[in-house]
Amino acid sequence: MTESNYDEIMQLLCDRLSSLTNSDTQITPETNMISQLSIDSIKLLNLIMEIEDTFDVSIPINALTDIHTVRELADLVHKIKSAS
Amino acid sequence: MNLLEKLDAAAAARKSLLPNGVGAFGIPIEEVYSATEARIGDRRVLLFGTNNYLGLTFAPECIRAAHEAIDKEGTGTTGSRMANGSYFGHRALEREFADFYQCSSGIVFTTGYQANLGTISGLVGPGDTVLIDGDSHASIYDGCILSGADIIRFKHNDMVDMEKRLRRLGDRVETTLIIAEGIYSMLGDQAPLAEIVKLKNAYNCILLLDEAHSLGVLGETGQGLVEKTGLLKEVDFITGTFSKSLCSIGGFCVSNHPQLEQLRYISHPYIFTASPSPATIASTRAALVLLSKGSDLRKQLWSNCTQLYSQLEETGYLLGPDPGPVISAILDTPQQALQLWQSLLEHNIYVNLILPPAAPEGKSLVRCSVNAAHTTEQIKYVGDTFSKLYNMI
Ligand SMILES: Cc1ncc(COP(=O)(O)O)c(C=O)c1O
Repeated sequence: MTESNYDEIMQLLCDRLSSLTNSDTQITPETNMISQLSIDSIKLLNLIMEIEDTFDVSIPINALTDIHTVRELADLVHKIKSAS
Repeated sequence: MNLLEKLDAAAAARKSLLPNGVGAFGIPIEEVYSATEARIGDRRVLLFGTNNYLGLTFAPECIRAAHEAIDKEGTGTTGSRMANGSYFGHRALEREFADFYQCSSGIVFTTGYQANLGTISGLVGPGDTVLIDGDSHASIYDGCILSGADIIRFKHNDMVDMEKRLRRLGDRVETTLIIAEGIYSMLGDQAPLAEIVKLKNAYNCILLLDEAHSLGVLGETGQGLVEKTGLLKEVDFITGTFSKSLCSIGGFCVSNHPQLEQLRYISHPYIFTASPSPATIASTRAALVLLSKGSDLRKQLWSNCTQLYSQLEETGYLLGPDPGPVISAILDTPQQALQLWQSLLEHNIYVNLILPPAAPEGKSLVRCSVNAAHTTEQIKYVGDTFSKLYNMI
């Protein structure tokens, strides 16, 4: 998968997260989704479903245990998409 | 933040939702008078927030059986099913559950929560997949996490969404377990079992159905959604609880797959906990007899459900899609739900308050549950009070 696909994933995540959060925090790859954006667990799970549909992949929600920042989530999606 | 400060932060978040020390969660019930009435503080309240669907909490047959079991076998087994905790009653109840569902095997667990934990973590493991409804009960989520399998959610009761996710799994469907519930505990709606079964067969997966809220409620003999839909033989594993229509505590899994028996040797939630007490098993056995012969109770229950559901619907409340013993008024904000819940309590009516994220889609719920012992007058009083309070929210 190419660099532009990675950027596309990152862009999509930033857009969706900014519509889900009530916080004014500027979203960057290093933003922590739970502590800085206060995205609750259910919102995050629903976001995963959306990402699965956008990129036509399966993302197991247990893979999220180690994911805190936007970059970590983008890496995970990118890895799964590249392997599929 | 250290560990204790994290708990303080969580407590502060909860207090901000529930001002003035309102004790909506874990409200103390001081005295229980019957299946429909109790005392909270100095109020005698109507109980419309229990899971006592057939109203059997004081059934004389169950109370007598529990008394006799305590006298004969003592208060507890003090051990695991694997060691000294498998009494005659445990094995008999397993046989009775298997017969009730016309299945070859049955296993009894110490709670319904553990029935899901133990069954799911016994059936799947790392490298396998569980495909679960997005609104699944916490015991299903926790069972999946304990198993180490990959967890994929589909949109609640959405079969197009479920098929999409099955298709994406490719060859992995061979080791995929699909999980759904007979009646969902928050909105009271039922799973589209016929369509789930069609997909399960098309993709050749295994299906587990949790009949926790539908046992005793759906079907001629009360088996649940499997009986109502005539699909008993199509469901691979059925789990359920004793804590709702059977009015005790415990859980079960039944199946026609002989491999179910293997769970007794590998399932930690089955092995590493004490078995249900003799009184619990005895009252459950008596309650299962009443439940299976309880078509009159079910008739009464459904007439009660329809009465309350229609009145709330006519008043204008937004409700779950299927009428049934769980009737939830869906509200936009936690404040509206809290206000309605509190006013109902001031009118001596106890119901459940459900706030996000426990309620689906960020909504808040005032959840009522109806039982077969409620009288027409009690239901009318509750319906009238909801109507009176409608404009307040
Ligand atoms: C759908 C569902 N499954 C399982 C359980 C767990 O049952 P128990 O109360 O026996 O632990 C419940 C009850 O809370 C439930 O609602």
